Amino acid sequence: MDIFEKLRILADAAKFDVACTSSGVDRTNKKGRNASGTAGIGSAVACGICHTFSADGRCVSLLKVLMTNSCIYDCKYCANRSSNDTKRVVFTPAELAEITINFYKRNYIEGLFLSSGVLKSPDYTCEQMIKSIEILRNEYNFRGYIHAKAIPGADHKLLDRLGLLADRMSVNIELPSQKSLETLAPDKSRNSVLTPMGYIRDKVKENRTDIVRYRHAPKFVPAGQSTQMIIGATAETDFQILTLTEALYNKYSLKRVFFSAYVPVADNPLLPVITSKPPLLREHRLYQADWLLRFYGFEAKELLDEQNNNFNEYVDPKCNWALNHLDMFPVDVNTAPPDMLLRVPGIGPTGAERIINARKSRSLDYQGLKKIGIVLKRAQYFIICKDTVISSLNISRDNIIRGLISERGYNEINQKILASQYEQLRLF
Amino acid sequence: MDNNLIYVYDGTYQGLLCCVFESFQKKEEPIRIITTQERQTSIFRTRYIETDPEKAARVSKSIPEKISKTANELVSLCFLTCLENKEKLILDFLRKGYRYKGKIVNMLTDDTVDKLTKSVRHLMKESHLIKGFVRFSVYENVLVSVIGPKNFILPLIKEHFCERYKNDIFTIYDEVHGCALVYKPYNSAIVPISEFVLDSPGTQEQNYRRLWREYYDAIAIQGRYNPKCRMSLMPKRYWDYMTEFQSETENRKLK
Repeated sequence: MDIFEKLRILADAAKFDVACTSSGVDRTNKKGRNASGTAGIGSAVACGICHTFSADGRCVSLLKVLMTNSCIYDCKYCANRSSNDTKRVVFTPAELAEITINFYKRNYIEGLFLSSGVLKSPDYTCEQMIKSIEILRNEYNFRGYIHAKAIPGADHKLLDRLGLLADRMSVNIELPSQKSLETLAPDKSRNSVLTPMGYIRDKVKENRTDIVRYRHAPKFVPAGQSTQMIIGATAETDFQILTLTEALYNKYSLKRVFFSAYVPVADNPLLPVITSKPPLLREHRLYQADWLLRFYGFEAKELLDEQNNNFNEYVDPKCNWALNHLDMFPVDVNTAPPDMLLRVPGIGPTGAERIINARKSRSLDYQGLKKIGIVLKRAQYFIICKDTVISSLNISRDNIIRGLISERGYNEINQKILASQYEQLRLF
Repeated sequence: MDNNLIYVYDGTYQGLLCCVFESFQKKEEPIRIITTQERQTSIFRTRYIETDPEKAARVSKSIPEKISKTANELVSLCFLTCLENKEKLILDFLRKGYRYKGKIVNMLTDDTVDKLTKSVRHLMKESHLIKGFVRFSVYENVLVSVIGPKNFILPLIKEHFCERYKNDIFTIYDEVHGCALVYKPYNSAIVPISEFVLDSPGTQEQNYRRLWREYYDAIAIQGRYNPKCRMSLMPKRYWDYMTEFQSETENRKLK
């Protein structure tokens, strides 16, 4: 088989892995690391660099491939499950390293994202991955970004070696609850996922103190770890998913939690029908909420609760929160503290920072806010500024909703309300 | 004050600083500042401003001292942008800067500051994108790339690529501005280039291009096809220069 077909199959098999970020670590191309002492090829940039965007609009930063698509496990949602009748191929470590370095040289990629089906055993698979990355790091003296997937069940010693070679590691949590894992991935359990995750967290922590003590101590996954879970294959609510996400950030110090809308790959009575569309809007809402957790100081329980356990289809989580807390608005942009500015729909971290800088010299009006880049379409209902005429503020819930969503969406809501005249329908 | 005056300068940053010097010294406000290439007959009076390194040095020293380091950075970055009449904008900005001092960089609602910071933001954004969108072709051991950015971003991507390909020889040719970044270990330079001709690529190069195209097509999820999203993240004007959008027979910019 030629290398073209191999790459096609192994890239295709890896495409449902979401993370393609190359962020979190700054590294120059200095001498060192390799025995010969010559400078190598490559560097890493903390903000990450996108090299292209695929036809689905997702960023391509890394060469994202599997070592192999053979797998001893039979997870029902996965295209590489052992019961699936599909062609199986394996990269040799040398082949993989060569493609990576040649892509890198042409500036196609920022580095490598290496994952794998489980071939023979978790240990064997992990060893193959280590071999590939060792060729890159030691023979080619590659200094670019490497994201390696930790294979659940692999020996801790192997994880240690992988962690010293890679910038980021990830263990996919796959499904948001133990029950779903039991049904769809009988070979995996919550523990098999959380154990390596906890191990990596502890190693990173331990490594940080080593670096303080010995400046040149090799770094263990300097860009931290991430995970991903599939959305819409199982029955969890947004509230459950978001609470889990928050716990992963807090308890496992994850850098990112990725969500992947389930794209049907198998016909199985336990899964959504094969013709169903991926729940893209739901995934989008979860990402919006994820941002609110990481950059806006929100907590999961502020956004959703047991009663309202799924995100609103029509407005984003932040607007939804604001609509339910109208008593906290309007906010005066000329005096409000930073954390309150961040709670206003239409103002983000950058906007808040600019407001704080700009209001030092001049009192802000609508014109000025627009210049700064505040999204007035959303913010106007929640703020007052220099030229606000208080009496004309129109902040009834209905007016705001009408202003925030499209006319079509608004009509749709009204129709839903009409259709259910006799029951209380609480959409917001 | 004379309102019908146009300054003409040689197009260098030093030259522009001399225009600033002239404007302050003569207490006059030109309505435009243009380069010698842009010069055309007009009803306005034009004056050629000679580039004097000494005058330029005085202005360049005073900006960080009298205004702020950030202001100095903004001005030198704005000079690289594709903004029309950026020279006059820079002069206006400096006038306000000498008046309001360091505060000027935070006066984001001021028209001059707003325009200037927006143009710089556009420049920085483009230079960041280009760091990813540059595509090298390998000829023997030389890496060659052609780009077509709106802003003059070569000085901003220089450090990044020199670091990354430290042991390689490479050229990035900016065909819009007629300049190239050339590097061989361990020296780099940005030089004007009028013509740039490339040989046909070798078999190995063609194979890797094909491999990359295969990869690019394989990585997209059909069920999530979203051309609008792709286009807003990667504007079409960059596509001409990127391997994944060239067919094997037709290569517009890559050859």
